[in-house]
Amino acid sequence: MSGMAIVARHALQEALRRRVVLIVAVLTVAFGGLYAWGTAELFQDVSGFQDASSGLDATALAGSTIVGLAMFGALFLGAVIATFLTAGAVRGDAERGLLQPMVVRPLGRTQYLLGRFAAAAGVSAAYVVVVYVTAVVLVGLIGGWWPEHPAGAAIRLAGGAVIVAALALLGSVFLTATANGICIMMAYGAGLLAGLLGAIGDAIPSATLQHIAGVASWALPFEGLYRDALRLLVQDVPGVTGAIVQLGPLGGSHDAGPLLGPWAVVYAVGILALAALAFARRDL
Amino acid sequence: MTALAISGLHKRYGRHEALRGVDLEVGDGELVGLLGPNGAGKSTLTKIACGLVRPTAGTVDVARPLGYLAELFRFPGWCTADEVLLLHQRLTRSDGGGRERAELLELVRLEDAAATPVDAMSKGMQQRLGLAQAMIGGPRLLLLDEPTSALDPGGRRTVRDLLVELRRRGTAVLLNTHLLSEVELVCDRVVIIDRGAVVASGRPEDLERPRGVEVELASGTRTFDGAARPDVPGIVAGLVADGEEVYGVRVLRSTLEDVYLDTVADVR
Repeated sequence: MSGMAIVARHALQEALRRRVVLIVAVLTVAFGGLYAWGTAELFQDVSGFQDASSGLDATALAGSTIVGLAMFGALFLGAVIATFLTAGAVRGDAERGLLQPMVVRPLGRTQYLLGRFAAAAGVSAAYVVVVYVTAVVLVGLIGGWWPEHPAGAAIRLAGGAVIVAALALLGSVFLTATANGICIMMAYGAGLLAGLLGAIGDAIPSATLQHIAGVASWALPFEGLYRDALRLLVQDVPGVTGAIVQLGPLGGSHDAGPLLGPWAVVYAVGILALAALAFARRDL
Repeated sequence: MTALAISGLHKRYGRHEALRGVDLEVGDGELVGLLGPNGAGKSTLTKIACGLVRPTAGTVDVARPLGYLAELFRFPGWCTADEVLLLHQRLTRSDGGGRERAELLELVRLEDAAATPVDAMSKGMQQRLGLAQAMIGGPRLLLLDEPTSALDPGGRRTVRDLLVELRRRGTAVLLNTHLLSEVELVCDRVVIIDRGAVVASGRPEDLERPRGVEVELASGTRTFDGAARPDVPGIVAGLVADGEEVYGVRVLRSTLEDVYLDTVADVR
């Protein structure tokens, strides 16, 4: 087993033994129950809205909106998990004295970082996908609405969580666990806020707001991936319904173009390389 | 063969110079005590030796495999003692298996605590577990930074026995400690460091100096300051010639503590 795999396994073991996984699972099941109940109520309420003359497809409106909500929730919770698993990975663990006994072993600092990243990114990405797929299945079974491109949206959401994990790991080299956690959550909030501004910019329309959202999508690609996932969710919804759901209550959908995926990969690798460089130069 | 060779080592933290050109060697199987007051640069030197801190200048050659016990360390509270050792076996690629872990736990007198979580251990037990962890994989060089700081007298005795055992196995040890009595008892050589520089080094017995001769007489005890062993016959002859009755003579030598305090005081 490589050093990276040993560190990743140790981090996953810690998450299991400290009951992080159990608590998250229990809360997620509770969330799933409430979500299913809400979905059932929603579809029951909108069943009378069907109006052929207005062109409004109530099922598509309700389905895409409630799945969009689940996507927002899944990515948010995935980001929280990624942040918690990595916020103290370097400076926090070094200050507590947990890091030193490990890194003097024939384990490169880069391997240590990659191990922590693999564990956090793997857990948070898997969590996001599980929550998203569960929501899609619940909405499909309860309301009879299925998105056109469920897999593409899942991949983008998982990518968003991976990028948050990389950013939190970089922050952990410089900041204490608490400061890093706050910083990452604020960056996450700022990204989503920029996405909402973009949605407003699309509706008004305002080139300035659209520009702000565009810059945020590239600077914080988890935001771009989230909006692109929303795009995949609603791009095939036609007519008035399509226009409404594309604005979305939790950030509008946005097509960032074919370069977003490669950029997200380059971004994550670049952030990890920066973290490895900074960690290599850090006195412990 | 040299297990640790440090040459011209400098370390600067901003405007503070923690190490100022330190040269130090630890031979294979040698047990060297590193002494010095707080802030002298001992921990910085140890951390540089094991790669936790980057030197500003100078060279460090370290024999591998290397074992290290930090002054301030923690193991994950959710791990048992056996799991901590297992993790470090994996990291060091040690193939010692359960037998090595059991042997090390026995060596630090934690054989009954293999399944005890770190959170449930006393500070002294964790310190002894730290020592066992440092010995995983049979290191050629062991860097111990204040290994007895949290130990009671019994625990210190365990560490002392352990150091003797390490010497028997041929493991080189650099022991950073404030406990001069431990160093005096077990170390082959002592290096005293102050304000980032080596101010004295040598075998403990070579560093000790004569402090006079104490003579027990019928009229009481008289001390001849500055006198040494060769002066004893002359002192006794003179006292007898003066009509004194001599009941005992003791040559006084400085302890390592005296040497240490004198050396550090001289520098200051």
